[in-house]
Amino acid sequence: MITEFGRVLIFLIVGGVFVAGGLLFAWLLRPNRPYPSKLTTYECGEVPVGDTRVRFNIRFYVVALIFLIFDVEVVFLFPWAVVYKNLGWFAFIEMLVFLGILLVGYAYVWRKGDLDWDKPSPKVPSYEKGIGVRETHLTEEETAV
Amino acid sequence: MGLLDQKFENSNIVITSMDNLLNWARLSSLWGMQFGLACCAIEMMATGASHYDLDRFGTFFRGTPRQSDVMIVAGTVTLKMASRIRVPYDQMSEPRYVISMGSCSNCGGPYWEHGYHVLKGVDRIIPVDVYVPGCPPRPEALMEGLLKLQEKIRTESLVRKKSA
Repeated sequence: MITEFGRVLIFLIVGGVFVAGGLLFAWLLRPNRPYPSKLTTYECGEVPVGDTRVRFNIRFYVVALIFLIFDVEVVFLFPWAVVYKNLGWFAFIEMLVFLGILLVGYAYVWRKGDLDWDKPSPKVPSYEKGIGVRETHLTEEETAV
Repeated sequence: MGLLDQKFENSNIVITSMDNLLNWARLSSLWGMQFGLACCAIEMMATGASHYDLDRFGTFFRGTPRQSDVMIVAGTVTLKMASRIRVPYDQMSEPRYVISMGSCSNCGGPYWEHGYHVLKGVDRIIPVDVYVPGCPPRPEALMEGLLKLQEKIRTESLVRKKSA
């Protein structure tokens, strides 16, 4: 008799055999005739110039980080949701506290502008002119220090 | 690393069955590299659109030579473009085929006499399998060219060709 997990294992093995078998079969049958012109990098027919390492935007990192945090939160929600009925009021209040803490973080991220793709210009609070504030425009003797 | 590709000397029932299977698979899913250069490109687009659908032959156009089987050269090949045709043809992986569509890529077309800037026929730089005549060829003509190419693929074999 096969257990439930045994069935999953058989499924996994058959899936692996499908993929590996297909790749192996293709490897046996396909022609492989490399030559230098074939192995050059594709650049629409032109001679390839330049490096492929480009700088990409830091926004992707920020979005991925925020996603990770809230995804872990959801992962914690799933087992709680399954056994929630049997645990009574205590578990409910506890989960509300957990969500409340993460809600504070969410509000911070929203207010800071990390959820917008186009970042607005930073809101700098206005400074009132106090007594004795130096002029920002310096004379030439003062800059040449 | 084609262990079985072009390595057999004689043919037998296993080889022919495998040949039939492979050829059927290859001709039923000819992914084309779009190389529309001029007016024939419009007819190629019309052939790929809904009325004269090319998708029912398993063909849809890829932008890159790395993932395509057949290169349809549609339009006038100028001398400036000629060097840039050779490189993508080299970058296609075997088995690869070329359909030359229209008069300009067959033989220079209307520019055969006075065209100082035109390459008189794309077969001067890449080997062509099927020529589709017309200026521009009707979509049905291009489809017939594709079907002729499919017949040609049907006759291929894993058996190594004996040089005559």
